[in-house]
Amino acid sequence: MKKLLLSSIIVIIGITFIGRLSYLQIFSFSPDQVLEDPAIKRVYDYPERGYIYDRNDKLLVGNDPAYDVMVIPREVKELDTLEFCSLLGIDKAKFVKELRKARIYSPRLPSVFVPQLSKEDYAKLQEKMRHYKGFYIQKRSLRYYATNSAANVLGYISEVNEGDLAKNPYYIQGELTGRTGVEKQYEDILRGRKGVQYIQKDRYNRDIGKYKNGILDTLPEQGLEINITIDKILQEYGERLMHGKRGGIVAIEPATGEILSMISGPTYDPSLLVGRERSKNYSKLHYDSIAKPLFDRSILAEGSPGSPFKTLNALVALQEGVIDPSTTIQCYHGFYVGRKKRGCHCGGGMRNMNSGIYKSCNAYFAGVFRKIYDKFETTDEAMDVWEKHIKSFGLGQYLGYDLPTGRKGRIPSKEYYDTWYGDNRWSSSYIISNSIGQGEVAVTPIQLANMTAAIANRGHYYTPHILKKVDGKDINIPDFVEPKHTTIDKKHFEPIIQGMADVYHKGTAQWLQIPGIEVAGKTGTVENYTKIDSVRVQLTDHSVFVAFAPVENPKIAISVYIENGYYGSRYAGHIASLMIEKYLKGEITRTDLEKRMLERTLEYEYAKPLRGTEFKINEYDWSQHAKPLTELDSE
Amino acid sequence: MSGKSVLKRIDWLTVLFYVLLVFIGWINIYSSTFSESDSSIFDFGTLHGKQLFFILTSFASIIILLALEANFYERFSSVLYIISMALLLGLFLFGKTIAGATSWYDLGFFNLQPSELAKAATALALAKYLSDIQTDIKRKKDQLFAFLIILIPAILIIPQPDPGSALVFFSLSFVIFREGLPLYYLGLAFLAVIVFVTTLMFGTIWVSIVIALLIVLFFLLKKKKFKVPIFQLSLAVIVTILFSLSVNFVFNNVFEQRHRDRFGLWLRLEKDPAKLEEIRKTIGYNTYQSEKAIESGGFFGKGFLEGTRTKGNFVPEQHTDYIFSTVGEEWGFVGTATVVILFSLLLLRLVYLAERQKTDFSRMYGYGVISILLIHYFINIGMVIGVLPTIGIPLPFFSYGGSGLLFFTALLFIFLKLDANRLKEGI
Repeated sequence: MKKLLLSSIIVIIGITFIGRLSYLQIFSFSPDQVLEDPAIKRVYDYPERGYIYDRNDKLLVGNDPAYDVMVIPREVKELDTLEFCSLLGIDKAKFVKELRKARIYSPRLPSVFVPQLSKEDYAKLQEKMRHYKGFYIQKRSLRYYATNSAANVLGYISEVNEGDLAKNPYYIQGELTGRTGVEKQYEDILRGRKGVQYIQKDRYNRDIGKYKNGILDTLPEQGLEINITIDKILQEYGERLMHGKRGGIVAIEPATGEILSMISGPTYDPSLLVGRERSKNYSKLHYDSIAKPLFDRSILAEGSPGSPFKTLNALVALQEGVIDPSTTIQCYHGFYVGRKKRGCHCGGGMRNMNSGIYKSCNAYFAGVFRKIYDKFETTDEAMDVWEKHIKSFGLGQYLGYDLPTGRKGRIPSKEYYDTWYGDNRWSSSYIISNSIGQGEVAVTPIQLANMTAAIANRGHYYTPHILKKVDGKDINIPDFVEPKHTTIDKKHFEPIIQGMADVYHKGTAQWLQIPGIEVAGKTGTVENYTKIDSVRVQLTDHSVFVAFAPVENPKIAISVYIENGYYGSRYAGHIASLMIEKYLKGEITRTDLEKRMLERTLEYEYAKPLRGTEFKINEYDWSQHAKPLTELDSE
Repeated sequence: MSGKSVLKRIDWLTVLFYVLLVFIGWINIYSSTFSESDSSIFDFGTLHGKQLFFILTSFASIIILLALEANFYERFSSVLYIISMALLLGLFLFGKTIAGATSWYDLGFFNLQPSELAKAATALALAKYLSDIQTDIKRKKDQLFAFLIILIPAILIIPQPDPGSALVFFSLSFVIFREGLPLYYLGLAFLAVIVFVTTLMFGTIWVSIVIALLIVLFFLLKKKKFKVPIFQLSLAVIVTILFSLSVNFVFNNVFEQRHRDRFGLWLRLEKDPAKLEEIRKTIGYNTYQSEKAIESGGFFGKGFLEGTRTKGNFVPEQHTDYIFSTVGEEWGFVGTATVVILFSLLLLRLVYLAERQKTDFSRMYGYGVISILLIHYFINIGMVIGVLPTIGIPLPFFSYGGSGLLFFTALLFIFLKLDANRLKEGI
């Protein structure tokens, strides 16, 4: 027994040790330890970020070198401060202050001493730099914008935050990443891949050579240049037209789904978010909670579509066979819902499909809508059919375009009304507003444009997208090449398109004609409300217009949504016709109209609900619109 | 003539284990002290060069140790013991302080650590005393005297301070147990350790509750006829609880803060994980770094001279007390398991050798050698891999250091000489 005691102790100790060692070296071991090894430092080599061009190879975003003067306080030796300060263009006090700041941060690590020197200052400084021990110049690359528009499309880059670091192990603190728009969507392509060198350190943090002689080191991979589908000229022109107005414009090439322009008003100059003033500018934009310049209205603003939505109801009715183009409905300067009369501005009389569209008759479409519901035994059944047809135009759902944000909009379903009114306690007259694009339906400008493109294509659309080429080669993404078919047969589109062409010839948009171009369009005037001190107040109608041109072989489909612009042709129609002319002809013949649209602003309208006084809406006289807001305030 | 016969009769298996351990040890010292600028492995300006010199010196000393008459060690053990005690005492007057411990004599070319000599001398003296015909270990007086032989050097060493070496002397009590000291002494010591640890972890109240529960259990399970010694039992309980109470007092008032920290870390007394991590990285820095280094080695290790943490000197005392972490980092689990197995085999072989001795003296000395090697190996590796609190003590045959290697070599080969001589003894 006693003889065995010591032997068993030896064996037990051996087993304990091996158990502990296998826990440490087998179970706790993870192979990527090289990443957390304190003895290995990684030094990165950053590639240049890819350039962004428009569809016609016009530069939109490039890079500019910037030079930061860096300092390592501990290594600073005596120097000619006077000369150094004059080279840098700073005074002695600033020199002392910056040096103290850097020393407080860390005497051993580099800090930025003077950020972003101009190229001229850099040239002067470069040759003298070796005299100033402890100072050196670090080259950086900043985004440079060759346009002052398309900020919402291009997006901006900024330093990665905690969330990005947790999500993607590629990034480390202090690196840049695309934050919105194309910069975010195509971050991986534009960024390239940083190169890395592994350096062996000792416990004093001193470099003692390359780790494993550099076999793990990688070279940086250049970021690729991309072309986006935006037409720079059209985009810039649209933004000028949008001056002083709120809303969105989206133009799509129907044959491909390429987004020609995507304008949100108000917007900002993308170069505001680069360089020394970046954070100041960003705060200013971010905290503008009234105009919301950072809110991309072209893809995020959900609103009632108004009368352009009537075309879809007409298509559903034709597809379901409840009417044919010659079916007539009487308009009594309005129509009745129960005993309540709803107005119509078409002038009254018998309406068929063609005059219903071009005169935008509410009574006609209310009748059409009822006929769809009367076809089915139950409203539930009818609602399902209606919803299926409408959604096939890309409404009420994400379109699947390649931009990082978006909204679904809303196409109400039977479940929606069941929750609202109670099970089976509603009928077509409860939801009749949907017949004229008011009520519960909501869409974004890009959905409106896509719907228009589907009509222009006579029944199908291509997923709208923003990427055209990568590294000079056309992209081939199946989802963007395959047509998405609507549930409406091709033959039903012709009468609708005829109606839309007549809108332009003799209907609500007859004043916008462009010499030599056939346009099919539809105006919309959208009632809207806001809350002032929790009282529901009606504001001036939104001005909406959708169109495509030329009618045969369409090259552009466009939606314009101008908040509080009053009736459809007043702002939206005019702007749309100018955009179409600019895109198809390259120049504007109607210069008076152009001048008026460029100059007129709606700031007067937008100020109304904020003034705290009574105000009139839908004023026919628009002389006020030409005056800048400051003048209005002094009255 | 006798030299040749020694070579024939020496236990070559033990020699093989010894040579392997010394060789592997040197490889790792080389790796942890190597730098690109070193010209040759024989450069005595470098630490690994010096260690190579110490190894050669040790090999040379083996020849002398084996050449000496076997009974020389038995005869001179008392003298050696007295000399080494005198040297330990002398440290109070002439000692040289290195790293806070006054444990060395400065001999100019060499720093002598008398505690190493004392360990061997005490092992010899204890064997000599216990094997004496007049000694009867069953007698209380002789037990006391045997413990005194161990206690004197331990008490002389504690104030240096060198708690690690002091522990080594206590380990020699294994020898006394082997020779007939009742095992319940060991049981008592074991119980004391358990009460000490559990009191720190759970507090006196819980310890008392568990004791109460054990007594209830004991009464439920005992045979009916068994007569309970009520008096002794209650005395034991009272003593245990008093001991438990004293633990808190000693821990809070006698221990220094660094000891409290080490125990706190070892027993995970700090419950807040963030604070615990903080303590691990500051107070437990050595252990934290060595654990991380070992862990980063994985199964196969990073390879010879490829240990990044070793090269960066992240583990303090890498070439001395923490040499095992280099094994872990560069040779992985394969290397560490090999070393642990080698040590286990060596120790088991020594137990076998000790048991086959013909004379009491040789056997007892053998047990002394095993105890000393075992406690070094146990505490050192236990500390490096984080299962024991930090106690500075070298790994035999492995750690850098001349006196250490010479001492362990001498300790071992004196025993091998005795073993080689065991058949002659009878004649």
